[in-house]
Amino acid sequence: MSRATRFVLGGLLVSLLLAGVVSSFASAAPDGLDSASTKGCTTDEAGEITGGSCMARNAKDHELAGSPLADYALRGVADERLATGLSGVAGVLLTFAVGGGLFWLARRRRPEPAAADPAGADPAGG
Amino acid sequence: MDTLALHISNGIINGPVAGAFAGLAALALAYCLRRGRRDLDDRLVPMAGLVAAFIFAVQMLNFPVLPGVSGHLLGGALAALLVGPWIGALCVAVVLVVQALVFADGGVTAIGLNVTNMALVGTVAAYAVIAALLRVLPRTPTGLGLTAFLASVVSVVAASQAFVAQYALGGTTRLTDFSLGAVAATMAGTHTLIGIGEGLIAATTVMTVARTRPDLVYALRHRRPAAPGAPQPATAGGSAR
Repeated sequence: MSRATRFVLGGLLVSLLLAGVVSSFASAAPDGLDSASTKGCTTDEAGEITGGSCMARNAKDHELAGSPLADYALRGVADERLATGLSGVAGVLLTFAVGGGLFWLARRRRPEPAAADPAGADPAGG
Repeated sequence: MDTLALHISNGIINGPVAGAFAGLAALALAYCLRRGRRDLDDRLVPMAGLVAAFIFAVQMLNFPVLPGVSGHLLGGALAALLVGPWIGALCVAVVLVVQALVFADGGVTAIGLNVTNMALVGTVAAYAVIAALLRVLPRTPTGLGLTAFLASVVSVVAASQAFVAQYALGGTTRLTDFSLGAVAATMAGTHTLIGIGEGLIAATTVMTVARTRPDLVYALRHRRPAAPGAPQPATAGGSAR
């Protein structure tokens, strides 16, 4: 196994630990944008807007709010930490696959693009 | 309202403005792909995938910045340092698309807005700082760490103000009690703190990579980073891809 491969595998392992384990200890408070979005409105204990004028007044639910990994919790898993951790592991692997796949498809095929190839060998760009 | 959602939700910015930014973001990402392809060799491909996966993981880690307010890394500065600005912006965009389509985080109709703020504005602002600082700072792990820290702070505040600009263009609620000016100031304040947190994470990460595998750090590859738009000094010119 090359050193570069070892590095990438090590980095993936760190990412899996962060998303799978450490994520359970993340702050549950609203982030900077969410917190500014409700300023000017009144909210109930559940955080739902009850009146006033604020940026989130007309916010709509997410199109995919019912998806199995919505809100970083694997549906059907009762334990909150486990549900978050499993969703994080799935997300890291999925992001690596999607990102790596996209970049692999777009990679530079030949080290010297100016060389011998007749024009037209390139399959018409991206 | 669920608090893990940290990107712009649906319905905050109106449809025409969201649509316009979706078009703008698509064009800009296509340009990034065109420019970034020349960097994408066999060594950078797995590294870029790893950077995207790492940013996804660290974005789950909200840290408190004020009582009742949290924040998380956006990743533009880290990505630009590790894989360069073009591929870096694409890495952040991949994360945002996965989050919107799989994790219901950030509205699908708001995806162009979120990509513009976090992947494009965030990375461009970070890279402007990186290109300037790496001319004067030593190319050592410490120099890179300081660069990562400052670039993160600037990048996160710039992204937050890009949101304010979008809201000024297409916000769906007329703000009366808490004006747009107050939103801008609040966003700048909280995101300075978030940027400091991101800066610490990014600096630690970049310094760790620079110590273990300096050859995998994009910012250490070239003598001086090419200014966005300028031709690459080190490579043979003329490739019109």
